[in-house]
Amino acid sequence: MLAMQQIPGAELTLAQGVQLPGIDYGALAPLLVIFGAGCAGVVVEAVAPRPARWPAQVLLTVLGLAAAAVTLGMHLSSGVGDVVTLAGAVVVDGPALFLWGTLLALALGAVLLIADRTVEPGGAFVADAAVRIGTAQDRAQNLSARQAPGAATPATSAMGATGSQTEIFPLFLFSLGGMMAFVAANDLLTMFVALEVLSLPLYLMCGLARRRRLLSQEAAVKYFLLGAFASAFFLYGIALLYGYAGSVTLAQIAQASGGTDRSDTLLFGGLAMLVIGLMFKASVGPFHTWTPDVYQGAPTPVTAFMASCTKVAAFGGMLRVLNVGFESTSWEWRGVLWGIAIASMVIGAVLGLTQTDVKRMIAYSSIAHAGFILVGAIALTEQGLSGTLFYLLAYGFTTLAAFGVVTLVRDSQGEATHLSQWAGLARRSPLTAWVFAFLLFAMAGIPATSGFTAKFAVFSAALADGMAPLVVIALVASAVAAFFYLRVVVLMFFSEPAADGPTVSVPGGFTTAAITLGVVVTVLLGVLPSFALDWAALGGFAS
Amino acid sequence: MTPTYYLLLSALLFAIGAVGVLVRRNAIVVFMCIELMLNAVNLSLVTFSRINGTLDGQIMAFFVMVVAAAEVVVGLAIIMSIFKSRRSASVDEANLLKY
Repeated sequence: MLAMQQIPGAELTLAQGVQLPGIDYGALAPLLVIFGAGCAGVVVEAVAPRPARWPAQVLLTVLGLAAAAVTLGMHLSSGVGDVVTLAGAVVVDGPALFLWGTLLALALGAVLLIADRTVEPGGAFVADAAVRIGTAQDRAQNLSARQAPGAATPATSAMGATGSQTEIFPLFLFSLGGMMAFVAANDLLTMFVALEVLSLPLYLMCGLARRRRLLSQEAAVKYFLLGAFASAFFLYGIALLYGYAGSVTLAQIAQASGGTDRSDTLLFGGLAMLVIGLMFKASVGPFHTWTPDVYQGAPTPVTAFMASCTKVAAFGGMLRVLNVGFESTSWEWRGVLWGIAIASMVIGAVLGLTQTDVKRMIAYSSIAHAGFILVGAIALTEQGLSGTLFYLLAYGFTTLAAFGVVTLVRDSQGEATHLSQWAGLARRSPLTAWVFAFLLFAMAGIPATSGFTAKFAVFSAALADGMAPLVVIALVASAVAAFFYLRVVVLMFFSEPAADGPTVSVPGGFTTAAITLGVVVTVLLGVLPSFALDWAALGGFAS
Repeated sequence: MTPTYYLLLSALLFAIGAVGVLVRRNAIVVFMCIELMLNAVNLSLVTFSRINGTLDGQIMAFFVMVVAAAEVVVGLAIIMSIFKSRRSASVDEANLLKY
């Protein structure tokens, strides 16, 4: 008989004396709101009639993000310190709060891009992903999408012009919730579950493009198989570390590495496997092979979401693992991560030079950036932590806006992503060209953009931690990377546009808002970075 | 019997799965190899649970099973959709994205 009794102000106690873990709802509210909104989205999908789903889902998602931001603000202003809750599974500390804020803000931009239906009539997502490619049904759902909404018959408009796979919104929210849980996970099991919760919806979202569906499906298969492969490694690392420390809590692993009779093979084998899984998600260095293919094949709004939010979440988790779990053994593993950071920067910068597709070029640029972020992440100092957090914030907004611009340059086949099609873009649309040039400058790290501040913060932290050779290599790599950014700028401004070149769509409110958000943040973090830098430096990891 | 043998068996199964992912060509078989890797990890977790004398490892094995089931749902849906459009589940033939 499980007689429960309520102790005032304390947790529920079972008759057998098992303590139920306390739950700090105030601190967890942003996470719970996002997952709750995701579940509500599934219900909307089930009960709302087709035409009503899209507005309902957009409203629900944006409101969910806003509510999560409000609860996050309330928790911040309440002045409660670090909270360890759910029996130590989740910790809400300074970096977790900063990353939650960053993720919510980036997700707002991403959801605006996902929700846009003006650039591509009907939205960037296929009306019915189950329809086989190339069949009459598939042509019908594309045809009706290209007609004016009023011209479509009610039957086709349900599938085409007003129809797109609105499941994308609940999937988006679940993925975002997984990311937020990932950066706040205090033990490796929670981290693994959060990793899968963030990944599984992303695999599906990659395969839902309206145009070029074969490419999109191929990207989804590649991402899924490689992602599942990497998470198997991550999991084996957890098992080895459990064998080493007798627990998967990061703090206890750190404690065990101080003195235990278990073999160090378990510790370092486990750490290596764990890091492989994390590096894969963050698309670092030699574990990057999926990145260009998936970034190119996925619908561009989803690519924007992946490139900004997944990178933030993966590095957030990596920072916590390295800082909390393995700080005391840093002498042993740091050399390996040096090598990985160098490999990542060199691969990104050099292979980026040869790319002919805009989305692939930004993908290689993100690999190079992952190397730069890793330079900051392995400087296990307060300065390194705050610099890395700031870099994630700055890079996320820049890349979000860049992919937003990519959605605008189109021809009859959909997005015109081949670089030769971007020649002379400044003649067709000076504003678009200037915005994109500015974003490329930010990625290259030109002063007065957020990219410069971020690189400065990360590199100076690494320098202060005695990693001068690594900083020199990073500077050389960013100079090489700057070349391929400038190549695009030259192409846009000083080349003759092709006669049958692409046109630049005039975006509706959603995409305009997303790009504006990205550009404004990129400018602000470049000229007035102190607010964000102060917030990033607010607190270290708790455990 | 010492639990170490189970750890070695688990490592062997994990390695077989990993090699299978790298050399097999059919997406379904690749996916089965990944499941083999996950189950090898389960064996490790349960063995370590026995060695450590705590139940955490066994609980974790349940979590892994649930996650693996969710992964099957998503994975088979994706592989099905590409099989329908290409009439093949070979990972070599899906090669539109390169360079």
